[in-house]
Order: sequence, then C-alpha cells, then structure tokens
Amino acid sequence: METRRVIDNTIKYLLLLTTLVSLLIVALIFIFTLREGLPAFQEIGLKTFLLGEVWRPGQEQYGILAMVAGSILVTIGAIILGVPLAVGGAIFLAEIAPDSMQTIVRPAIQLLAGIPSVVYGLFGMVIIVPLVRELKVPGNTGFGLLSASIVLAVMILPTIASIAEDAIRAVPRSYKEGSLALGATHWQTITGVILPAARSGIIAAIILGIGRALGETMAMIMVIGNSVVMPSPLNNNPLTLFMRQARTLTGNIAVEISYATGVHESALFATGVVLFILIMLVNSSARFLMRERANS
Amino acid sequence: MMKVKFETKNYSLKYGSFQALKNINIEIPENQVTAIIGPSGCGKSTFLRSFNRMNDLIPNVSVDGQVQLEGNNIFEMDVVELRRRVGMVFQKPNPFPKSIFDNVAYGPRVNGTGEHSKLTEIVERSLKGAALWDEVKNDLAKSGIALSGGQQQRLCIARALAVEPDVILMDEPASALDPIATLRIEELIRTLKEEYTIIIVTHNMQQAARVSDYTAFFYTDESRCGQLVEFGPTREIFTNPNDKRTEDYITGRFG
Amino acid sequence: MGESSVPMSKYETKSTTTNKEIANLKSRHLAEKAAFGLMWLGGIVTIAILAAVVGYVLLQGVKVIDLEFLTTAPQGGLSGEGGISTTIVTTIYLVLITIVIATPLGIGAAIYLVEYAGEEKGIVPKLVSIARFGVETLAGVPSIIFGLFGYTFFVTALKFGFSLLSAGLAGACLILPVIIRTTEEALQTVPRSYREGSLALGATKWQTIKNVVLPAALPGIITGIILSVGRVVSETAVFYVTLGGSYRMPKSIMSGGRTMALHLYYLAMDTMAFDKAMGTGAILVISIILINIVINYLSRRLTAGLKGV
Repeated sequence: METRRVIDNTIKYLLLLTTLVSLLIVALIFIFTLREGLPAFQEIGLKTFLLGEVWRPGQEQYGILAMVAGSILVTIGAIILGVPLAVGGAIFLAEIAPDSMQTIVRPAIQLLAGIPSVVYGLFGMVIIVPLVRELKVPGNTGFGLLSASIVLAVMILPTIASIAEDAIRAVPRSYKEGSLALGATHWQTITGVILPAARSGIIAAIILGIGRALGETMAMIMVIGNSVVMPSPLNNNPLTLFMRQARTLTGNIAVEISYATGVHESALFATGVVLFILIMLVNSSARFLMRERANS
Repeated sequence: MMKVKFETKNYSLKYGSFQALKNINIEIPENQVTAIIGPSGCGKSTFLRSFNRMNDLIPNVSVDGQVQLEGNNIFEMDVVELRRRVGMVFQKPNPFPKSIFDNVAYGPRVNGTGEHSKLTEIVERSLKGAALWDEVKNDLAKSGIALSGGQQQRLCIARALAVEPDVILMDEPASALDPIATLRIEELIRTLKEEYTIIIVTHNMQQAARVSDYTAFFYTDESRCGQLVEFGPTREIFTNPNDKRTEDYITGRFG
Repeated sequence: MGESSVPMSKYETKSTTTNKEIANLKSRHLAEKAAFGLMWLGGIVTIAILAAVVGYVLLQGVKVIDLEFLTTAPQGGLSGEGGISTTIVTTIYLVLITIVIATPLGIGAAIYLVEYAGEEKGIVPKLVSIARFGVETLAGVPSIIFGLFGYTFFVTALKFGFSLLSAGLAGACLILPVIIRTTEEALQTVPRSYREGSLALGATKWQTIKNVVLPAALPGIITGIILSVGRVVSETAVFYVTLGGSYRMPKSIMSGGRTMALHLYYLAMDTMAFDKAMGTGAILVISIILINIVINYLSRRLTAGLKGV
C-alpha cells in the first residue's frame, strides 16, 4: 500500500516536470533568440533597424522596414482575398449546405489545411506567377506581392473558415427560431441575428488567420521575388504596388541565415524577435476575443 | 357566430417513421384563448408549431392532411408571410442580444419598415401592449438579455406584437418563470385576446382553467402518438368532460 | 323576404396582404436567393481551389513517379537528376525522432494538466498557469523561429550540428503544443464516472489513469500524434536551418539530410527540375491525404466509442 502511494507521488512529480518542459522551451527560445539578436540592436540601433529602408548587409546596412512592409502588405492582400471566401464558406457550411455538400466541402477544407506549404509555393510558381505575369504592366515579372497574396489567401482559408464556422454554429438555436417566427427569411436571420451574435468569434478567426499569414515562410520565398527594396507601385496606378517583388520578415531570415555571420547573423535573429513580438500581439488579441465570447 | 381562425382536417405528422400526431381535427375559434393540455410527450408543442410551420425546420418531417388559416392551406402559403401573421412566444424567453428597442423593432424592420419615427411608434405601442412599457421606457437601449426572466418574456411578447399578427402561439410561456411573473403573463393573455387569437400550450391545468376559453385535450398511449381526445369550452371540459381519459387527466389520476 | 342564399362565411378575413407587402416579400425572397447563390459559389470555389492544387500536382507528379524515382537517390545538379529515395528515408527518420521525443513529454504534460493540476495548492497552481501560458505561447510561435532556435541552441550551442538530432529536437518543440492540446481534449472527454468508479474500487490515482482513463482517451491521443506526423511531413522552415541541405542517405542520428518537403524546395529554387518537384509534391500530397483519412477514421471510432458502440 505504501509503495503504491510512493509510486503515485513520484509519478505526479514526474508529470509536473514534463509540464514545465513547455515553459522551459518557451523561455529558452526567448532567451536564445534575444541573446543572438541583442548585438544587432545594440550595434545598429533600434530606430535604424526598425525604420531603415535599406537592407544591404555587405555594406553594413540593416534596416528591415522593407521587409516589415512586405509582410504587412502580403498579409493585407491575403486577408482581402481570403476572408470573404472563408467567411462565406463558413456561412455556407453552417447554415446553407445540405448534407451532401457538407461531406464534400468539410474534408476539402481539412485537406487544404494539411497540404505542405512548399506544395502551395510550387503551385504558385508554376501556375499563379505566369498568370499574374499576363497582366501587361512594365516591370511585372509575375513574382511579387500579388502572387504571394493569392497563395497566402488559399493557405489561411482553412484556418479562418473552420474557426468562423464554429463561431456561427455556437449561436443558440433559439435566436434563429425567434427570428424566423417573426417572419424573417433565412438570409435575413443570418445577417440580422446569427452573424452579429457570432461577430467576436469571426473576428478572432480572422485575427488567427493574420497570425498564420505573418508566420508563413517557404511558400512566400518561392513566389514573392525576394527583393529587399521598399515596395512601391510600378506606375501611376497605386494598385500596381502589388506587382512589385518584395520580401517578408520570415523570408529574410530563411534566405540569409545559411551564410550570415557576425552582425549580419545577429540582425537576422533580431528580425526573428520583431516577428515573434508581432505575432504574439496578434495571437493574444485573438485569444482575448475568444475568451470574451466564451464568457458572455 | 363564432368565427374560425384555424382549422385542421385529418392532420398528421411524422418524424421520419415515428408518428407524432394522428388525424387531428379541430377548429380554433377567433379572438378566444384556446389551451392545449395533456400529459408530457403527447405532441402538444409539435401541434402548436404546426400552425406557423416551425416544424419545417426539422429534417425528415412529413405531414398529412390540411391546416387552414381562414380557409387557406398554410402549406401553400408563403411561409415567411404566414409567420408574420402567426406569431410565437417560446417556452424559454429568447430575446436577441440586442437593445430592447432593436428587439422589438426587429420584426418590423425585416418586414420592410425602415423609418425611425414609425419604428419608435411601433416599439412604444408593442411594449405597452405587452405591459412592459412603464418598466423600460427610460432605457430602451438596455440589452434585452439583461432583463429579468418575466420581463424578457414580456419583451418577447412585445416583439411578436410588433409585426401585428392575427394569432399568437404560446408554448408554455410561463413555465420558466416565477409565480408572480406567471400571473402577470396570464393577465396579459386575457387582455390580448380582444385583438388576437391565442393558442397556448400548457402543462399546468389550473393555468388552462384560469386563462382559456376553449380547451383541447391531447392524449397519447405507449405508441407515443398524439391524438386529440376532446375539445370544447373550458368550463365544460373541466366540469363535465365527455371522455374518461379527459376526466382522469383533469382529476389528476395520471400525467 | 330576402333570406340570403349565400351561407355566411365561418371565417372573418382579418388582414389582407397589401400590394406593398407583396412587393416586399418578393424582394426579400429574391435577396435571399441571390445571397444563397453567392454562398454556394463560395463553397464551390473552395472545392475548385482544392481540386486545382491537388489535381494539378498529382497529375503532373504522377508522370514522374515510378519505382526508379522512389528508390534512387538524388544526384544533384541543375536538372535535378535522380530520385527521392534518401529524402523518403530522412523524412521517416525525422518523423520517428520527433514523435519519440515529443510524445512522452506531451502526453505527460497533458495528463498532469487535466488530472492533477486542479487539486494542487500552494505554489503549484501558479506554476501551472504559467506553464499553460507557455503551451499557448508555444502554439503561436512561427515555425521559422523554431528553426532559428534549433540553429542557435541545438546546432550551435549544444554542438549537435546539422543533424537529424538537431532537427528532431527542434521539430519536437514544434509539435509539442499540438500533442498537449489534443491529448488534453481526449482526456477531458473521458466521463468522470470512469475515474470515480475506479477510485471507488480502491485503485490509486495513477492506476486509474493508466488502466482506465488513458485507454479510453487513446483514439484521441493517437489522432493528435498522427496530426503531428502530418505536421512534420509538411514542415519546411524548421528543418531548413537545422538539417543542412545534404541529399545523401543519413547514416546516423548525427547525419544531416533532406526531407521530401525540403527536397521539393531545393528542386524548385535551385534547379530547373520542376517535373521532379511535382513528383515529390505528389508523394507529399498523397501522404497527407492518407493521414487525413486515418485521422477521420479514428475520430469516428472515438465518437462511436464514447457512445458505447
């Protein structure tokens, strides 16, 4: 009897240790990334690093603003293209689709979520880029923010759609019945009662999609062109901004880490720190929203 | 002559292969309160929900026979229009997570009324009709779900009144409320019948006796299929029922 | 005389629908049809996108896939000679290593969080909520950061170099939150009555967990593990900076190598062999499809098991 209790207690503390491992890993990641990145912040200066438009390691110039712009622009593009489709798909699945369509669309979204990012990148290189190149604007190579936005939109679609669908399904049925009983059509019920009630969940879904978009690396490298120059429109039409080649924060790290040394290497870690903080902020706000909804 | 508002002819309903209601024949009189009573599981709510075709929302439902509103087959009507004319108050109050004003204005808005002045007038009239106006008139922006249970139910009644229905269906409207709130609802029902036809499902016999002019007694056996056993003026049903089963239920021998 | 021969109607038609109301009804129904049409379009477009990506990659890739492709090693060079044999082996090794490292840690942590954490007093609850925060944060870290961490910690600081070990450890960090989360969910769906029944018979807490709770939660736990397998197979950024780029067959856990996903990346970026890249991609897509099928099967088993089927 005593041995059983001893075993029980030992196991309890062993398990506690395993729990703390996660915490340990986060701490280690934080510490080491910061440690590697600190020299860059110190030598380059926070302001020059964050706001500098020129990234030319060979000449000791380390400004990541162009990459910040690249990440933000491609995320905006992905959101514009992806959110309507994802939320529309979520409404479709939650309220409109008959059983036959459910058994097709839901596994389809699940599969889209599991496809490796490099496969999306490859598809982007082989199909999307040439398509974008068809837009006859001088300077348009096909590679750039537009192709990357399209690819990224497809990649974040499953994330947004499944969380948004959960939010819509979580709306109490009594609201729907109450609305229909007043003589509203099904669509009026969706827009008048269901979507407003699901609003914070849908917004949380979009924010999580943003976090996912900011974190994508390899697919972006494959289609975005990797130019370190601050993106600008190709001609008078501001929309041609999206035909410009660019580079994301994630791409910056991955492309140069293999040969970077010294301050250069440190600057890449510093880029990682900036990315980490950015995504942390985005994910925290999504979690905050979802918790708020659960409490109300 | 007592006018007939709703009429069913050999009305039956199945959930898949399960027969829930069989051969109901009834004439619901206009501007009266008709109570539907019976033991639990005998299909009272299902029958009530037939009148505004809320059963359409359930998959695998099939109906037989006719339900007529003023002589018109409701299954051939525009269901959206039907539901405007036949309002419903649910067992558990279900105000929308919106302001009191937006709750009551919801119905008129979806039915096409947009002008704010008109809506304000409708909201006031409906809240008065539901005996809630005095309690909330100073704070119509307050959320509907922040009200007490009894107030929420009266809000739902006001919401139903706002679209100017002919009929109000009430599915055990007071069962989730405390006794005082219940009495207020019953009072309200008595005043509403002057303008509306009311059909109320209740498992509370005393309530049926207090509130209704006509009573329909539903019964079911082991087959769990609901049948209409007896229908008539409330006083007769309660003092001199024709059917033994009605008498047994009334006197509390079962159910 | 004047007795009416028309019978008096038993209905009093109270309200008639005005023309305005009829028009309003019509426009509302029309709006609904249009909106639903758009939603249907959304659903169909989603399927179309999947069909396009998966279909194209499979169609193009299948042209390249044959026994030789699968069993020959890559030879390098601008035209991407050779097959993908070594990459398949590397991928399998990597999956095994990450799963072996992350599973005990993840399941252990989940067991503690679900079964023990609620009852502790003193400093432990504080630690536990920080640990939970740790897990949640870890779940949100982008994979390239795991790669950077792996590079600076495992590859450099611990001197493991570019190796399966470094990549496996970095990958384990990546999938740890997934395993913890899915195991927690699986444990939470086990009815409390199971635990109470066992404890009432005099079993200790650990005996209860080992003999009653874990077996009941097993399908869910396995689902989480398989989900992680899919994640490792698909991942690139983490392994890009920890595995090195060699396409040779790994000889030991300290050898570097390439996963299939990485090989696809290198083929696409460094060579003109898009056909071979498509072939690699097709293998990857097929693996993911199979993994999804297994997961769906297990999920159905899980819900059936809970219903006592």
